Amino acid sequence: MEGKKIRVLIAKPGLDGHDRGAKVVARGLRDAGMEVIYTGLRQTPEEIVKSAIQEDVDIIGLSILSGAHMSVCKKVLELMDKYNFHVPIFVGGIIPPDDAEELMRMGIKAVFGPGTPIAEIVKKIEEVLGVKTNT
Amino acid sequence: MSNQTRVCSNNDFFQLLERVKRKDQIALARAITLLENEPENALSIEELYASEVNSTSSYIVGFTGSPGAGKSTLVDSYVSMLRKTGAQVGIIAVDPSSPFTGGALLGDRIRMKRHFTDDGVFIRSMGSRGCVGGLNDAIFGVIMLYKLYGFDYIIVETVGAGQSEIDIVYVADTVVLVLSPGGGDEIQLMKAGIMEIADIFVINKADMDGSDLLKVNLEAVLKFSEQEKSIVLTVATSGKGVAELAEKIESHKFFLKDSGEIEARRLRRLRKHAETIITRRVRTLLDDEKDLNGKVSEFVERIVSKLCAS
Ligand code: B12
Ligand SMILES: Nc1nc2c(ncn2[C@@H]2O[C@H](COP(=O)(O)OP(=O)(O)OP(=O)(O)O)[C@@H](O)[C@H]2O)c(=O)[nH]1
Ligand SMILES: [Mg+2]
Repeated sequence: MEGKKIRVLIAKPGLDGHDRGAKVVARGLRDAGMEVIYTGLRQTPEEIVKSAIQEDVDIIGLSILSGAHMSVCKKVLELMDKYNFHVPIFVGGIIPPDDAEELMRMGIKAVFGPGTPIAEIVKKIEEVLGVKTNT
Repeated sequence: MSNQTRVCSNNDFFQLLERVKRKDQIALARAITLLENEPENALSIEELYASEVNSTSSYIVGFTGSPGAGKSTLVDSYVSMLRKTGAQVGIIAVDPSSPFTGGALLGDRIRMKRHFTDDGVFIRSMGSRGCVGGLNDAIFGVIMLYKLYGFDYIIVETVGAGQSEIDIVYVADTVVLVLSPGGGDEIQLMKAGIMEIADIFVINKADMDGSDLLKVNLEAVLKFSEQEKSIVLTVATSGKGVAELAEKIESHKFFLKDSGEIEARRLRRLRKHAETIITRRVRTLLDDEKDLNGKVSEFVERIVSKLCAS
């Protein structure tokens, strides 16, 4: 119960209502022993970055199925520079392979598509943060 | 491991505190994390900044009540009210941690979206991390940090509280108990515990059936209590009644200051803080005592085998 806990912000930018994936991942990470701050639908990049700062999360997770991933991620990365707050960003949803590669070049840490098992996401988080959860 | 974090966190922590004083939100957020991971860090705030922390006039309002009663939505509305006066607001919203995995889904923030980009509002979500009183051991330290930052109002939302999660009474100056229709009948209102700690009663979801009946029942129960307590009807989702709630909180604040009761509450808070620090110390000592651990499990085993033998 004591000591460091992994804190993750799960946000769903954009105007579409595809929140099932975000909820599945939020619950899955909770069950893996993490503290998940779920900010729900229709978040602007500004809202996401400000929330991440105040919650001092270790990772930001963005769920994007609308096709707007390039512009959203670009904006989020810019704002992180602006506020001088840097943590790894994970993206999930419908991301074409070429775009995924481009996102990784821009500085996104990992991209996950439909059907990804939660265990794989957990493993990647632990790898990127260099820690092991207590379960 | 725990020793190492303690050493490295101390240095970082001092530097962070200076930045918190200059209203740096990134530093405030980091400092809260260090407190959550090691609540005893609160002692260094007291050591270094006692005068700053004790001289600020931050007013602490607690919101408690059963799961889903509308606490977060009401906080959201109330904060909008406060912001109109220019007050700066720090929010602490606690949600339950799983006793099985230690994980938590912190979902209070989702109700407070309209304040996300307002620099005059700072929202922090916390897991209860094994504490049973509806809050978290780090809460007292976080309040000190908020005072150091200089928020005019500090708002604490407890986990969805049942009947015995009453720690908020040791934390807040004014305790607002949020009720909603469908939460039981008159008997629930008569039970000991959470009903006893409210300074102001809110009947939220007044747009729903049953709120008038709840008000009648509540008035009947409160009629014979020695101190007169307000009941406010609200619809948190539309903001109806929230101006009246804000007024009631202001008059309670005035009453506490006028009667000197506010000082008594401050001392009660400090005493409880001391108590949580001592309890944690004792627990750590017991945990570290290898032999003692063995003896305790032996004892537990003995009892279990006795109970199961019959
Ligand atoms: C269910 C669904 C809907 C539901 C959404 C219900 C809801 N509340 O979520 C409804 C019916 C509402 C819907 C509506 C629409 N949809 Co739709 N929908 C789907 C569908 C079939 C499945 C999505 C889903 O829920 N999957 C289940 C979840 C669990 O999977 P997931 O989201 O992919 O998440 C997994 C991974 O991606 C990853 N992941 C996801 N997020 C995150 C986040 C992090 C941090 C991490 C680490 C991982 C991660 O992990 C998850 C678990 O493996 C997809 C097609 C598809 N196969 O994906 C289309 C799809 C997303 N929809 C699409 C479209 C076009 C629409 C509509 C615009 C259709 C229309 N013309 O009306 C509307 C939009 C309406 C609106 N305002 O939002 C398109 C999007 C096209 C694009 N991106 O270019 C898709 C791809 C269908 C298609 N092939 O055309 N939709
Ligand atoms: N009809 C109606 N619904 C409301 C009102 N206030 C809140 N709700 C809804 O009630 C649900 C729960 O609201 P929250 O604010 O999350 O409740 P809470 O007490 O903070 O919940 P926990 O933190 O989980 O204990 C949400 O769907 C709100 O939209 C109200 O006045 N009327
Ligand atoms: Mg809430």
